[in-house]
Amino acid sequence: MTQQPRIRIRGLKKSFGSKVVLDGVDLDVETGTSMVIIGGSGTGKSVLLRCILGLIEPDAGTIEIDGVDVLRAKPHHQHQIRQNIGMLFQNAALFDSMSVLDNVMFGLRAKRRAQSKPLLRSEMQPEALTLLSQVGLDEAVGTLSPSELSGGMQKRVGLARAIAGHPNILFFDEPTTGLDPIMGAVIDGLIADCVSHLGSTAIAITHDMASAQRIGNRAAMLYQGKLIWQGQASELMHSGNPIVDQFTHGRREGPIKTEHPL
Amino acid sequence: MNIFLSPFVHLGRSTLSILQRVGSIALFGLKGLSGIVRPPFYAAIFGRTLVEIGFLSLPVVALTAIFSGGVIALQSYSGFRHYHAENAIANIVVLSITRELGPVLAGLMVAGRVGAALSAQIGTMRVTDQIDALRTLSTDPMKYLVTPRLLAAIVALPFLVLIADILGVFGGFTVAVGKLGFTPESYMNSTLASLNAMDVSVGLIKAAVFGFLIALLGCYHGYHSKGGAEGVGAAATATVVTASILLLTFDYLLTDLFFTS
Ligand SMILES: Nc1ncnc2c1ncn2[C@@H]1O[C@H](COP(=O)(O)OP(=O)(O)O)[C@@H](O)[C@H]1O
Ligand SMILES: [Mg+2]
Repeated sequence: MTQQPRIRIRGLKKSFGSKVVLDGVDLDVETGTSMVIIGGSGTGKSVLLRCILGLIEPDAGTIEIDGVDVLRAKPHHQHQIRQNIGMLFQNAALFDSMSVLDNVMFGLRAKRRAQSKPLLRSEMQPEALTLLSQVGLDEAVGTLSPSELSGGMQKRVGLARAIAGHPNILFFDEPTTGLDPIMGAVIDGLIADCVSHLGSTAIAITHDMASAQRIGNRAAMLYQGKLIWQGQASELMHSGNPIVDQFTHGRREGPIKTEHPL
Repeated sequence: MNIFLSPFVHLGRSTLSILQRVGSIALFGLKGLSGIVRPPFYAAIFGRTLVEIGFLSLPVVALTAIFSGGVIALQSYSGFRHYHAENAIANIVVLSITRELGPVLAGLMVAGRVGAALSAQIGTMRVTDQIDALRTLSTDPMKYLVTPRLLAAIVALPFLVLIADILGVFGGFTVAVGKLGFTPESYMNSTLASLNAMDVSVGLIKAAVFGFLIALLGCYHGYHSKGGAEGVGAAATATVVTASILLLTFDYLLTDLFFTS
């Protein structure tokens, strides 16, 4: 008997107006794997994650998490399932009206509220500080506001906030885009640590092949609304698929048309 | 398409799209208000917004009210002098301030000051994914962002208008006594004689409605803004324009409802 995948997507479609973004995406993510999704800018990678998170309503298709069809479950049940997903947004999306520590505590509070556990600031503070140190940030950073942080530090705080509720599914939207290569490698390391520490299943979007191989064990490529290739992350550079090869090697010549020659 | 018909088609389309917009704003408002009775209620955000709206608007509202009161005293004196009806001045100041100018001027000032700020705040959260982040952290953004702001504006505006009423009357008093030669006692007596509890309370009811409208439009436009910083700016502008127009429309409707019967 094969194990049921943690996330199972079938025939997922989403258009904005006349623009077809997802055109029948099929994807299985087995429990405990880290799936990397690559694909050109604007191909709908973020839209795919947003559909799973319930931030965007897809036009058609099914999304099952642990065998439950989330799109057709009762709102309360949907909410419960999605509580177990942590998300690191592309620009970290920290709450800029709050301090760094309050951002992390917001993550703790979200889970506690659901479990009716204590929400007192004083009781959560030590845990929030532990989370900060887990992502390599000093206690003193806690009092700063997000706008005072560098991009890399914001990503770290976003990571701490995302893992605060011990989610068993983690999403990362371009976690290293905009960071220098060393900071990128550091964030990748933290992500890999967090995923293995929590025993989570992960989906990460990236443009960065080195990063893809550091975070993921499985990989897939989104092209023209469909996942045209899936395989091991280690095969990314020599997949045998001409589209994937052109993308991963960054060649200008090949089956992918550069529609926007700017 | 027939060129004689196309203006009507166009008119029909824009009427439909306006109606659609009105419907969607009304639904948004209902959803925001319903957060008052469905827990959790975010009291800390309510408190902070209350202070923001009340405190930040106080200086502009106060100055506007004082000068309006003064200018009404001045204008009505120059108009009524010929009829030996100077005593009507206190009456005119009190009536116009408590019934109309207090609520409307405070409302317009707050629409510019607070409406724009609310929509910029929430719009920034929208375009930087903070609203989506709230949802991934099991927090309903309507309840977290919109409900406390609606409620804070509904509470803060009557308070501001009460202050505008007092300062407006005080502005009239200052001009009447300092410039027009009234004695403080006689002006004060005419003022008190003209003061009507009904006028003041209707003014405060108007204020609460205006507060709701301003916060509703600010939150709505912010919540639905898209396209980065430019979109946030457009949302703030749309808020001030629509809030000002709606405020004057509702002022007329409420005046009609309470004073003509
Ligand atoms: N809320 C939205 N409304 C309209 N169009 C959208 C929306 N979200 C995404 N899109 C469009 O969908 C396409 C895919 O976007 P996205 O998933 O963000 O791309 P990426 O693969 O770079 O993450 C883009 O062309 C974008 O313009
Ligand atoms: Mg994206």
